[in-house]
Amino acid sequence: MSLNTVPCTVKPTVTLQIGDAETDSSRPGVYVIDVTLPIGQTVNIQEISFKNYYTAYVSVRLLRRDGEGAAKWATCLRNHCLMPSPHTEEGSQDYCSVYRQQMLIEPDNVTSVRLILRQPSSAWLNFNVEDIKIHPCLNEDSEWDIPDWLSDLTQVDQLCDLQGLPDPQTVSSSIQQMWALTEVMQTNQTTASIGRFDVDGCYDINLLSFT
Amino acid sequence: MMDEGTELSLTIAQIVQRLKATHLHSQIERQAKECLHRPEIQLESLKEDVRNFLKASGWERKLQNAVYRELHVQPLPSHHAAPPEHAKEPLAYMRKAQVNWEKRILKSLNSMCTELGVPLARKRPAVEQKELANKWNEMGTDEPDLSRFRPVYAPKDFLEVLISLRNPNHDSSEEASAKSHWGLIQVPLHDRDIPQMREAYSELSLTTGQLGIDDHTHVPPDLFESEHIRIGKKVVNEQDSAAAQQYSRQGCPTGLRADLWALILNSTNEPEDVMHYEQLKAGVIHHDLLVDNLIYKDVKLTASNDDYYFVFEDFLYQVLLCFSRDTAVLEHFGYNSATPPKSYIQGKVGVEEFAVVYPPNGVIPFHGFSMYVAPLCFLYNEPSKLYSVFREMYVRYFFRLHSVSSSTSGIVSLCLQFERLLQTHLPQLFYHLREIGAQPLRIAFKWMVRAFSGYLSTDQLLLLWDRILGYDSLEIVAVLAAAVFAFRAENLMEVTSLTSAEAVLADLSTLKVMPLIQIFLFATVI
Repeated sequence: MSLNTVPCTVKPTVTLQIGDAETDSSRPGVYVIDVTLPIGQTVNIQEISFKNYYTAYVSVRLLRRDGEGAAKWATCLRNHCLMPSPHTEEGSQDYCSVYRQQMLIEPDNVTSVRLILRQPSSAWLNFNVEDIKIHPCLNEDSEWDIPDWLSDLTQVDQLCDLQGLPDPQTVSSSIQQMWALTEVMQTNQTTASIGRFDVDGCYDINLLSFT
Repeated sequence: MMDEGTELSLTIAQIVQRLKATHLHSQIERQAKECLHRPEIQLESLKEDVRNFLKASGWERKLQNAVYRELHVQPLPSHHAAPPEHAKEPLAYMRKAQVNWEKRILKSLNSMCTELGVPLARKRPAVEQKELANKWNEMGTDEPDLSRFRPVYAPKDFLEVLISLRNPNHDSSEEASAKSHWGLIQVPLHDRDIPQMREAYSELSLTTGQLGIDDHTHVPPDLFESEHIRIGKKVVNEQDSAAAQQYSRQGCPTGLRADLWALILNSTNEPEDVMHYEQLKAGVIHHDLLVDNLIYKDVKLTASNDDYYFVFEDFLYQVLLCFSRDTAVLEHFGYNSATPPKSYIQGKVGVEEFAVVYPPNGVIPFHGFSMYVAPLCFLYNEPSKLYSVFREMYVRYFFRLHSVSSSTSGIVSLCLQFERLLQTHLPQLFYHLREIGAQPLRIAFKWMVRAFSGYLSTDQLLLLWDRILGYDSLEIVAVLAAAVFAFRAENLMEVTSLTSAEAVLADLSTLKVMPLIQIFLFATVI
């Protein structure tokens, strides 16, 4: 679970409306939120998480920097439903995440994320998403240099004749299983309660407390 | 919203963690060890053979039932950013309303305590303990002076709280229009309409056999009843929870109901359960709680006055007093929007080591609470078994009837569902009742809060509760409430006041629930 987040700025929401924003009495049904990274930084996104507040559908667009340095917008999520029934409460205050696997394009080298929120129902006074966080991909050891002598080691498919010995793969996997079993035995902690409601035999109570 | 693989792994890990702590786990381990002596267990295929043995001896089925039970009560794995209160109740304004309601109850309990000069809890002196132990089986013969005690709240107080629920983000400024809601509940929760319910409750359709309809004396038993009973016996023999639940949708035969309900709820009566019950009984004998008096008063006022249930008075004390001492009930607060009341012993307010929950199970009984237990007395005559079944029914269903939450089985949803069904399918009746000042919910609320216990005749009530278990939802209670109004619609159209409307609906003891529900769901013109 990727709990680390990338520092980013969430710009104030922009409403999209037909007609004059000041004089029009009806409430907007579309909001756009831009989330930008500090200048010059890019991120490979693993997950975008947020808390919903009465948004029915969300679309996500990404501004990606390609090989030559030029930035292009692309849609990675189209009309993702957060509230199955926009007039009713289901899903209205849920915590949500959009994962890399759900996205239509690869969310790599992203400099900016645009969330397009839609709420077609007139039942709600406001809608928004809160606590927007971008979680980057956990980097593999790609940044570390492997010393030369490691890569000189025998490849798996070049194993020499075993001469009656068991296959190293099966041996190692069964050793791993046994190790896992011993780990399980050690961590066999119970979550059962003992059932006592008193503290050292005392349960004399005079008043309930409110916090 | 996680991808399915992760969600499944998380659920499995949670269930494994919970089952590790149970007696079943140690029993299966012991069985697995002991079976190693058996000739059919070979070393080369050890894992397979032990598995097959556990399957053949019925232990795998017991494990399946335990997993099935966990799936029923476990909340869905929550989002990594979601705080625990979100799992109890996702909507902030409902959480707030529940907290305010609880504060009122606590204040009321505290003031009763100070007025009467009775402590909330005290240790019984040895003489009193002995006395109580001696008359454990006949606590009903006691006539303590309960006149000073009053119930902490009654259903109608709770109804006022629900009526005042408002979503601050909901636009209710519009004038009366086609989509305005005529009822008392003004929160926009999701509800199902009749076409959706026809699909969901397909086993109740006009063409499917039902107990409560097709076991009528005029219907030859080989059309449905005999076969249904035969299948029921098979389900009980197989000891399969999931099958029992599915079976219960068409009703449980009287002779098999006790076993079937115990199976659905995975309620066992092993020595460890009996021991647990004895431990609770010891808790009752050692400590005297103020809520005990509330329980006594409730039983005396409700169940003892009821023609069907007064014989079970002693059982009710034995179950409810023990229920108050059961800390295992505290687990359900993980998915209940309510929070158990807290106190500190020895005056050490604020010191966590001296913090306790009051009562030990965190549930403060209200007027009518004993009616949740009373119908079960017809099925089980052994106190520990009766207790086990009641406790499971409480932590799965009944708790939702007296807490503020957005759950589809919660009382708020049931009230809304009832009102919407009435407004959609009996608009003339609803409009008429509104005009004469008889909002339908004011009459139906007390039925729904008790899941109709004490209002229907017992055999009909048990048929209704069969379906609550079968569909794992209390929604059917709201449907029945609407169906009752539909049934008495003609009489109700002629009344001119709330009191006369209540009089028309005062006596439900002659109603047959299954025909009413069936007609309402499957014969209403849409």
